[in-house]
Amino acid sequence: MEAVAFYIFAAIAVVASLLVVGQRNPMYSVMLLIVSFGALAGLYVLLDAPFTAVTQIIIYAGAIMVLFLFVVMLLNVEREDSATSVATMVGPTGMKLGAGLSVLLAIEVVWALSRLGESHFGHDAETVNISSVARIGQALFTQHAFAFEATSILILVAMVGAVVLARRER
Amino acid sequence: MVSLNHFLILSGVLFSIGTAGVFLRRNLITVLLSIEVMLNAVNLTFVAVGRYLGTVDGQIITFFVMTVAAAEAAIGLALVITLFRHRETLNPDAYTALKW
Amino acid sequence: MSVNPTIVAHLGLIFVVFNMLVLSAAFMVWLERKVCAYIQDRVGPNRVGFEGSLQPFADVIKLMFKEELRPQAADRLLFVIAPIISACAAFAAFSVIPFGTETTLFGLLEEPIPLQVTDVNVAILVIFAIASMGVYGIVLAGWSSNSKYSLLGALRSAAQMISYELSYALALAAVIMLAGSLSLREIVMDQEGYWFGFIPRWYLFLQPVGFVIYMIAGVAETNRAPFDFPEAEQELVAGYHTEYSSMSFALFFLAEYVNMVTVSAVATSLYLGGWLGPFLPDWLQWVYFLLKVFLLLFFYVWMRWTLPRYRYDQLMEFGWKWLFPAAVLNLFATAALVLWLG
Repeated sequence: MEAVAFYIFAAIAVVASLLVVGQRNPMYSVMLLIVSFGALAGLYVLLDAPFTAVTQIIIYAGAIMVLFLFVVMLLNVEREDSATSVATMVGPTGMKLGAGLSVLLAIEVVWALSRLGESHFGHDAETVNISSVARIGQALFTQHAFAFEATSILILVAMVGAVVLARRER
Repeated sequence: MVSLNHFLILSGVLFSIGTAGVFLRRNLITVLLSIEVMLNAVNLTFVAVGRYLGTVDGQIITFFVMTVAAAEAAIGLALVITLFRHRETLNPDAYTALKW
Repeated sequence: MSVNPTIVAHLGLIFVVFNMLVLSAAFMVWLERKVCAYIQDRVGPNRVGFEGSLQPFADVIKLMFKEELRPQAADRLLFVIAPIISACAAFAAFSVIPFGTETTLFGLLEEPIPLQVTDVNVAILVIFAIASMGVYGIVLAGWSSNSKYSLLGALRSAAQMISYELSYALALAAVIMLAGSLSLREIVMDQEGYWFGFIPRWYLFLQPVGFVIYMIAGVAETNRAPFDFPEAEQELVAGYHTEYSSMSFALFFLAEYVNMVTVSAVATSLYLGGWLGPFLPDWLQWVYFLLKVFLLLFFYVWMRWTLPRYRYDQLMEFGWKWLFPAAVLNLFATAALVLWLG
């Protein structure tokens, strides 16, 4: 049952990401990325991380993608014209290098697939309980408190930067 | 039975798709979207390994990755808007010279 | 092969909740027109059925027979998907709201099931997440209509919704601090009991400011008056759903009313004690839930026909400069109280 859910979500995520990268209309790319985020949220729930799943939907699909959507609508981005083929973009050495790296990647994927089912997740109560929001909160605000405060400054800097950069020059 | 390797292979595939997008697409917004795909693949790896090792640190790192992705998307899009105002195109090949 | 009664019970719950939401949307149409009429010193619909109670069904039949206009839309697929996204998000958000105690349905089941579609231990965040997906229905509707009124209305509406989501989340955070849990069922159970024997332990009395902030943010989230500038009839020719007709328009309206019901239901669970109340047996306590939700919905409708509309810049200024600091201060005060009183 869990395996069926995993394969469904994985298929949706991969297909949606392929379409995000592959198809021409940027509006559709944004919506397909949201679908991909939804599939990943499902995978997080399978990994006993419901808090991460919900945070993914709230932050990524609910806020960042709205930002992308606004920019795509405001700039009125049209469909991309005919793509320059990869061969003209990278040149002959690039094609050879890319072919070599692709073969390497394929070998690695085949090797990884042959090792499927070796590292299993533990199912005792202690490992499953990591999803408790209280535990996440405790670790976040005690062990990682400095990183937490640093990200708040990071967000402040990003806000100020975005406002300044996108302002029309007078 | 779904094991850790399933998740690692999936996130590897997603990361490759994102990287291909960054290299091959000629539209700045799609490049930014491909970067988000890559960041998501990394998040999946963190959560999967965190679950495997039984710690909560995986989810905490994803929390920070999401925050950084949000900040980076905001600045990236602001830069895209500024660039678009100057050249009226979103093709990164138009921005290869250092001077306006 | 005998059917597992628990599965049947769960499917039955889904069926019941879905139909209740659709019926409540129809009820809201009637309530709105009647209350509007009485506030304006007239009678309202009274021809169809007793006191016009069948009027919503007449409206639906009329809408179904209207011509489905398909303008030269900017994007056919997104034009069709937008109302579907709005409606689905509105219904999905209700799935984690509890409306009754655990019951065995008069002993038909071996183990009691809680009266809600599903029980997640991050329920409040689920509601918040699905509510933030509702923005997409509006934005896509405005964009794909290929009309400047729709686009303006949609952008304004989306900006308003994401601005007020912040205060909404902070009001929720204060309640979470009090209850110590993210599950709506546990928050309601925490409000059991009475002080001095007759004052119920509702969070409304512990968090009056939070309740006001939540209701204001909720009204703004659902694009209702006095925050309904983006769909104001007089200013924007009906905003993002200008180009929609017949069933698509009906879907948008269904989504809006179901969103109102969800906001009211969450408010009763968080602040008004959910389904808790005196005297009634366990399996009837959902009546209290319905009564409290009805009270808040009446308040919604009352506000719409009494208050004038905010101008868009006043609305955004209020959300960022007044409501958001108030929500932050409320959070600080609640945190101080929780630490001080233990």
